[in-house]
Amino acid sequence: MTVKKKDSFREPLTDTGLLMTITICIFVGMYLLAMLLLKGGFLHAQQIFDMLNDNASLIIVSCGLTIVMIGGGIDISVGAVTSLVVMSCVLYLNNGGNIFVSLLLALGIGLAFGLVHGLLISYLEIQPFIVTLAGMFFARGMTTILSVNPQKLDHAGVNAIRDTKIEIPWLGYTARNGNLVPARIELGVCVALLCVIVIFVLLKYLKLGRNFYAMGGNQTSALMLGINVKRTRFCSYLISGLLSGISGYVFMLHTGAGNATNAAGMEMNAIASSIIGGTLLTGGVGNVIGTFFGCMTLTTIKKIVVSSGLNDPWWQSITTGGMLCFFILLQSVVLGRRAKSKKA
Amino acid sequence: MKLKKFNGLGQLTIPVIAIALLVIFNLIRDPGFFSIGIMHNNDGNVVLAGNLISIINGASELAVLAMGMTLVTAACGGQDISVGAAAAIAGSVFVKVLKSGNSISGGTVLLAFLLACIVAMIFGSFNGTLVAVFKIQPMIATLILYTCGRSIAYWINGGATPTVNSPIINAIGSFIPGVPIPTPVLIVVCMAIIFKLLFKFTSLELFTQSVGINGSAARLNGINATFIKLLSFIILGVCVAVAGSIGVSRLGLINHETLLIDIEMDTILAVAIGGNSLGGGKFKISGSIIGAYVIQMLTITLYAMKVSSTDVKAYKAIVIILLVVIGSPVVKKWFNKVIDRMKNKSVAAQKGV
Repeated sequence: MTVKKKDSFREPLTDTGLLMTITICIFVGMYLLAMLLLKGGFLHAQQIFDMLNDNASLIIVSCGLTIVMIGGGIDISVGAVTSLVVMSCVLYLNNGGNIFVSLLLALGIGLAFGLVHGLLISYLEIQPFIVTLAGMFFARGMTTILSVNPQKLDHAGVNAIRDTKIEIPWLGYTARNGNLVPARIELGVCVALLCVIVIFVLLKYLKLGRNFYAMGGNQTSALMLGINVKRTRFCSYLISGLLSGISGYVFMLHTGAGNATNAAGMEMNAIASSIIGGTLLTGGVGNVIGTFFGCMTLTTIKKIVVSSGLNDPWWQSITTGGMLCFFILLQSVVLGRRAKSKKA
Repeated sequence: MKLKKFNGLGQLTIPVIAIALLVIFNLIRDPGFFSIGIMHNNDGNVVLAGNLISIINGASELAVLAMGMTLVTAACGGQDISVGAAAAIAGSVFVKVLKSGNSISGGTVLLAFLLACIVAMIFGSFNGTLVAVFKIQPMIATLILYTCGRSIAYWINGGATPTVNSPIINAIGSFIPGVPIPTPVLIVVCMAIIFKLLFKFTSLELFTQSVGINGSAARLNGINATFIKLLSFIILGVCVAVAGSIGVSRLGLINHETLLIDIEMDTILAVAIGGNSLGGGKFKISGSIIGAYVIQMLTITLYAMKVSSTDVKAYKAIVIILLVVIGSPVVKKWFNKVIDRMKNKSVAAQKGV
């Protein structure tokens, strides 16, 4: 007890903060280890930018999922909605569409899915897993109804946007032939980082964001505090849907093609990222910054597996599974310890 | 009065309504849809054939998995999303043992099945330990095996997709000579009877329900909640091995990438359509089995309507949403209110007379 009193002037880390700190430490440690042992690409700044370029849409989707999970729900339709947005935007643009309208189309599809999910889950009180599962089936089915064959994006304006990359010369490296290769960042990454910052502010400083935590922590007490639980839950699914729409547009800008198998398994990757980042599926605990680092950790594991020469496809998923197991057990043990020491 | 009796079905209302609607819809669309014919198959056996048989036969794996999943859902208040991957592992072990000897006899098949069972139970207890001992949400805990399960299956058979040719395997996958009913259906019936006996002669049902409703209260009453949760996952492991073996026998080969793919979502759906709460607590295995047949009937109906296999998902989603909206507590309450009002009106009218 005396020790506790001594420390009481320092605000102790919350569960959210603790889990996030662990993730960031592990990410940094893993990356440093990779730099020391594997060298190669890990010594260039471009490696990090590549990881960001490839995963911009995953980061955006994970942010939405983090909000839903903090509110105590789940949304497994995000990957399928992303795929549907990509396909419909590509088809629209190929038939002579307008760039601005295509952006509205992407946001509209995302919002529509979020709206229906939110209505069914919060106002009709149907289990979120089933509703979003149906949403996932619907979006995947609609994607194949739109087109079974892969569609290549063929639109001058969008292709120009796609090829626009931010170049940072001083972070580049000298290639073997002596040319300076500047570090390249795609526009999608800026969108993703913007999403992370906006949602961080939303969760930390706005009333709505704090309501998410209250609702996920204990729904009954949130209700007693006068929070409109139904509307808050509705908002969480709406935001998640909107972010799936944005992620679809970013995905399209990255790959430049619509395909029925786009973003397959993205929902599980997004859930894994959120968990590694310290979000609990039970709700009330989580942070988007952690989710961001969760995404990066997941990607780093994959990169490390590939660059250590384990090229068999099954190594990647086995190591990912192993890491997931490690993180989940770590969280369980850490949180269990804390709960016990609090009681004592 | 009739309406009240209708509500008396309780938990089974939704699945029974769903099946009735599908049957009526199919009868209007094509009166001969459910006709059962007698055919001779390639081996010269007399067998039953028709849409109804293919529905009941096709849903076998789903029904077996739904039984196990109901127990896990009831005890832990969460779902196992790794059943597809675990079935791929069990199927791979099954084939590995079958291929290890020179010839396949009845004993080899039994041994292979037992080994597949043991392996599936080990993976089940891995999931179960994470859930019961480390108190991790079931969906998160099983995400691990979901991620890497099919890779482990790949590794068991060295990446190959070996085929198995044997009359015994054929008999398990399709028909036993002399029996006109498909064998997978018989296996489902056996599993259902085993579950029924298990519930009749042990307190498993009561214990599972009490753990699901309130784990700490159950513990204070002397029920070992950790063990019950672990047990539910181990029983699901057995179901997974059975489903995996049926799946392998049906095709005569193991393909770790496609065996029972995406079945985890369908299984959870079957449990939910069966009227079981996904949050744990009270459960009815029969509801889940009916749920599995609803899903299969829906799929076959859509196929019969010439919907392509890739597009089926979109239509399925609409039907699922309609079903759960009808079954949602808010709509039910509203429905009951309307019925009450109608009753009051009729009573008032009678009094007025």
